[in-house]
Amino acid sequence: MAQAALRRFSGEALIEEAGPTGMVTLRGTLRSGAILSAVQGAVGLRVPEVRRAESGPRGSVLWMSPDELMLICEAGEAAGIAAGITERLAGEHFLALDLSSARSRFRISGAGAREVLAKGAPVDLAPRAFGPGDLRRTRLGSVAVAFWCTGPDMFELICFRSVADHVYEWLCLAARPGGRVHLY
Amino acid sequence: MLILTCPCCGVTGEETEFHPGGEAHLKRFGPGSEDGEFTAYLFDRKNPRGVHFERWRHAFGCGKWFHAARCTATLEVFGTYSARVSAPPEEILAMIRARRPGWEASA
Amino acid sequence: MSARLPRGGLLIDRQFPVSFRADGRKLSGYRGDTLASALMGAGEMLMGRSFKYHRPRGPVASGPEEPNALYGIGSGARFEPNQRATVTELFEGLEARSQNRWPSLAFDVGAVNAKLSRLLPAGFYYKTFIHPRAAWKHLFEPVIRRSAGLGRPPREPDADRYEQVHAFFDVMVVGGGIAGLAAARQAAAGGARVMLVEQAAHWGGRALVDGPEIDGLPAADWVAAEVAALAARGNVTLRSRFAAAAVNDHGYVLGVERLTDHAPGAEAPRQRLWRIRAGRVVTATGAIERPLSFPGNDVPGVMLASAIRDHLALYAVSPGARTVLLTNNDDGYRTAIALKKAGLDVPAIVDVRANPSSQLVADARALGLRVEFGRALSGVKGVKRVEAVQLCALAGQGSVIEEIACDAVAMSGGWSPVVHLWSHSGGKLGWDEANAMFIPDPDRPPTGADGAGFVLAAGTAAGKLLTGEVLADAAAIGRRAAEEVGQRPGDEAVPRADSTAEAPLLPVWIMPLHAGPELRARAFLDYQNDVKVSDVQLAAREGYESVEHTKRYTTLGMATDQGKLSNINGLAVLADTLGQPIPQVGTTTFRPPYTPVSFGAITGMARGPLFRPVRRTTTDPWAEAVGAVFEPVGDWRRVYACPRAGESTEDAVVREVLTVREAVGVLDASTLGKIIVKGPDAGKLLDLVYTNVMSTLKPGRCRYGLMCTENGFVFDDGVVVRLDAGTFLCHTTTGGAERVHGHLEEWLQTEWWDLQVYTANVTEQFAQFVVAGPKARGVLEALGGMDVSREGLPFLSSAEGVLGGFPVRVHRISFSGELSFEVAVPAARGAELWERLIGLGAVPYGTEAMHVLRAEKGFIIVGDETDGTVTPHDLGMSWAVSKKKPDFIGKRGLERSYLVGAGRKQLVGLETVDPSDQLPDGAHATSGTRPDGRPRAIGHVTSTYRSPTLGRPIALGLIEDGLARMGEVIDFPVSSSLTMHARIVSPCFFDKEGSRQDV
Repeated sequence: MAQAALRRFSGEALIEEAGPTGMVTLRGTLRSGAILSAVQGAVGLRVPEVRRAESGPRGSVLWMSPDELMLICEAGEAAGIAAGITERLAGEHFLALDLSSARSRFRISGAGAREVLAKGAPVDLAPRAFGPGDLRRTRLGSVAVAFWCTGPDMFELICFRSVADHVYEWLCLAARPGGRVHLY
Repeated sequence: MLILTCPCCGVTGEETEFHPGGEAHLKRFGPGSEDGEFTAYLFDRKNPRGVHFERWRHAFGCGKWFHAARCTATLEVFGTYSARVSAPPEEILAMIRARRPGWEASA
Repeated sequence: MSARLPRGGLLIDRQFPVSFRADGRKLSGYRGDTLASALMGAGEMLMGRSFKYHRPRGPVASGPEEPNALYGIGSGARFEPNQRATVTELFEGLEARSQNRWPSLAFDVGAVNAKLSRLLPAGFYYKTFIHPRAAWKHLFEPVIRRSAGLGRPPREPDADRYEQVHAFFDVMVVGGGIAGLAAARQAAAGGARVMLVEQAAHWGGRALVDGPEIDGLPAADWVAAEVAALAARGNVTLRSRFAAAAVNDHGYVLGVERLTDHAPGAEAPRQRLWRIRAGRVVTATGAIERPLSFPGNDVPGVMLASAIRDHLALYAVSPGARTVLLTNNDDGYRTAIALKKAGLDVPAIVDVRANPSSQLVADARALGLRVEFGRALSGVKGVKRVEAVQLCALAGQGSVIEEIACDAVAMSGGWSPVVHLWSHSGGKLGWDEANAMFIPDPDRPPTGADGAGFVLAAGTAAGKLLTGEVLADAAAIGRRAAEEVGQRPGDEAVPRADSTAEAPLLPVWIMPLHAGPELRARAFLDYQNDVKVSDVQLAAREGYESVEHTKRYTTLGMATDQGKLSNINGLAVLADTLGQPIPQVGTTTFRPPYTPVSFGAITGMARGPLFRPVRRTTTDPWAEAVGAVFEPVGDWRRVYACPRAGESTEDAVVREVLTVREAVGVLDASTLGKIIVKGPDAGKLLDLVYTNVMSTLKPGRCRYGLMCTENGFVFDDGVVVRLDAGTFLCHTTTGGAERVHGHLEEWLQTEWWDLQVYTANVTEQFAQFVVAGPKARGVLEALGGMDVSREGLPFLSSAEGVLGGFPVRVHRISFSGELSFEVAVPAARGAELWERLIGLGAVPYGTEAMHVLRAEKGFIIVGDETDGTVTPHDLGMSWAVSKKKPDFIGKRGLERSYLVGAGRKQLVGLETVDPSDQLPDGAHATSGTRPDGRPRAIGHVTSTYRSPTLGRPIALGLIEDGLARMGEVIDFPVSSSLTMHARIVSPCFFDKEGSRQDV
């Protein structure tokens, strides 16, 4: 399959399209032993605390809602992980789906990264309010997104595939040179 | 613009993250109900000046529904609580009574 | 005449001359000037024409409250009307165009209105233009519209960019004068996150001009040191050129930061709208000086005493060489003293007070200034420029005692604290009798989410007028704000300043006190809207007792300055006329924004392609490349048709329809909603939300279903597929995916939370392509890998597999009536599969062909055939409504008497009697007459097409009792001269047996 070149824009922050990403939606009783071990088995991580993201060498786990996680993994692994969880949790009440195609992922980094997000999200992005591992589902402009902090001034963001172009253009405009707010 | 705290994910967010769902604690009337009670279920809504119980959904966040107790006149929010109750919990009622002495829940 | 003085000017830099144009004339000012100060420095005092009488006007103020000096700034794509010259920073090449005049500012034809002013009193619109009725539209309104109005809108799209930002602070301090600085310092001392903003480009507010000593330092030095100290703190955000426009509920503050207004074309955005949440808002917004209401108070050269002092100290310009001061308080004396010390003439100080005794009065006398107590002015000579004033006794009718030659008048009517931000969210005011001003009532602040007050007024904005008091109050408020947001309060020393005691003010709202009608009609209250003392008095006599009504009747305070200068004087005149105390009359409502906010800032980045998100499917780039015609469907952009080279869109639709009927077409149906419903109670939930039974569906089978609201009205439809025992896939309409998913979650979370069901909206995970037509099977067979035979994959079944190397799920469902396969593939591979299908001979078709195909079959589209008041029975779809289920959403609603009786509009097909007639969409059918004799409507057309398959027009419609009227011909009066006649037929026009889809 021909892979289009990934888009990238360097302004007051670096905006990068992350490209194919494995994403598995998992709904269930998050604190149950079955889910804990399924997540551990799938990506080698703990179930994150409320509005947190856990990351490790095999991927990440995002807390999406009180009964929903998203597992981030290599693009080719998601179908297998969803199938593996489904097999492992047979008999339990849960839902595991490979939704890798449903969303697009971006990386936002650099000194202006927090401000770029703050231009569209009604979220306090001051370092002391939003640090590494923190995750937020909110809106960016008028589009639903989730983003999480992966390091100092480093963020990842996911949105629905159909609005990926809109979100990319939006992020680039927000990061255009001359637009620093110097807020944090 | 209000700020509300979602009891499901703990986010204190601005109103644009939430979607209002109208009056809370309506009792559903289905097949077999009288015309009067069914019509009331469909259409009769309280519109008080003062304490009001509402349904909200954290639409741009965790997606969960919850309840809010709020003053429609001053916009004071007495508290938010689970959607899975059919009446306001006692601690919310106590909070309202503390803030609005003499207030009594109407039927 | 106004002029630049040879020395001084705190804000200007004489090293850097700046050239600009005003009405085409090339003029020059200095870096640091405002447009107003540069114009005055160049000898220009005439800066505008009034709205109604087109009277010549000069600047009155020195800040955002300026009512007269309004200009259109810039040109072309950077033109903006109604900019106040007093706050427009001068830049090289600035182009200013005066407004509200024709042909020129100096000679304005509209000024004839002034001669007619007796005919244009308060409410003249309401009184004059009532009869004859038609004259308003054709005669009066066009004429009034041409002569009224301020400025002209720009004609080109804005060349600048704008943005917004969300920010959160513990304490937001509005106002960068000494009060704001002192409050911010205390608020920030314990670590609270603090924002301090100032609307001007410079810090310090009035202290720079009036120069009190603070902590032993000259005010300007103290301000500079404080700003530096705050800037050095990590927890303080400082912004000048930042106007706090609104303080809304729950600590939501809107502010506009002007980034490049003074440097157009720079790389940065022009303006940034800040959307701030603050725990506490401190309003240190100072006060605005009030004009005095005396005859001739609008002649260019009459200015606020403080504005004259500001222009003198900050820009070294003076409106005149000989300035008379008219005052009712001590503060005005500062202007006379400053003018005198600058070497300018002050022929007289006219003080309405009888015999005030204070330091400032003594200082003025010591400078040799002539002071007239108990006197007022009864007139100003001059039209475009003050030439002289007429001195009179305050307590008289205005007999002229003496004419004093002068070219400027400084007026001081006392100060009004800027209470706007305090009041925006419901903060209440009290009346300070001694200073004749409204001040924030600290016991009745605006309240926040927790019910506590969240706005604190500080310094002059709280009614403190003396420097020492201002600093002490502001520091205390700053500490309190930090404490109230749970931060450690500051322990910084309170700055000290000496306060010169001042003699009391004497409120005088009309002067001379017994002015007759002639004089009262020349005393202006609202400069911009030309409202005079006589207008407010007339309104009161005509019965307007409420200040809100008087405002609207006279238009007092309704111009772009929103009454910043006129409000208090106007209501005082009203109170005086009504014989009521001022606080009883009260103020009008202070509404946001405090100063105008540009549309650009409100829009932010949401313009052009980013105005709203457009949702695109995986085939969108392909469609774009082949020149497809698009249409918006909800937020999606879908292909309407795919014309070939040289083909019209209409012809393309015909070709696409016939291709599906005769060969094979392919449609991108990815936008249809797809929702997974899984769990032990999934079937139970679906039985509750669909009108028909879904729990009996066998795995691998499909069933069409309808969803109703509790009212019993159809709100969505689609095919449900049972994937396995515990999992269903529900298809929804294109616009319905989020709505239906939300509907399921709402019932699960708020009513039936005992059901064990999880849902997921998987719409975007899959691209879904409809391969339809007699040759559809051949295309799938050519891909290979799955048994797609009639036996292997019968009609209304669904299977997962690998087709041509693609992991797919294939549904045998048909919305065209033809043999049809819907192929779902992970969206990442959607574009690839699409091109393979086309390569195998499937002809792409768009939504219009899809609509025609389904209409030929009589299939409904939710939103076309339904409008939120249509039941399944109305659609002839009673077969999809279970009679056996004890409950489902809408079951009880459908039992309501008025939904089951006769007279409902029902879905039927419509065939025009003359096949050359095509019914227009939405056309109404009529039959008989109503009691009033007009035709009675019995229904309307919901869909109408020219059917390529049948070679004639077809339509669907909702017609009263339509199902019982088969064969009847009804009338559609489509215009006054044309009535079409159509026969009521079955909505299914083609292949009524359904034999083509099940092959």
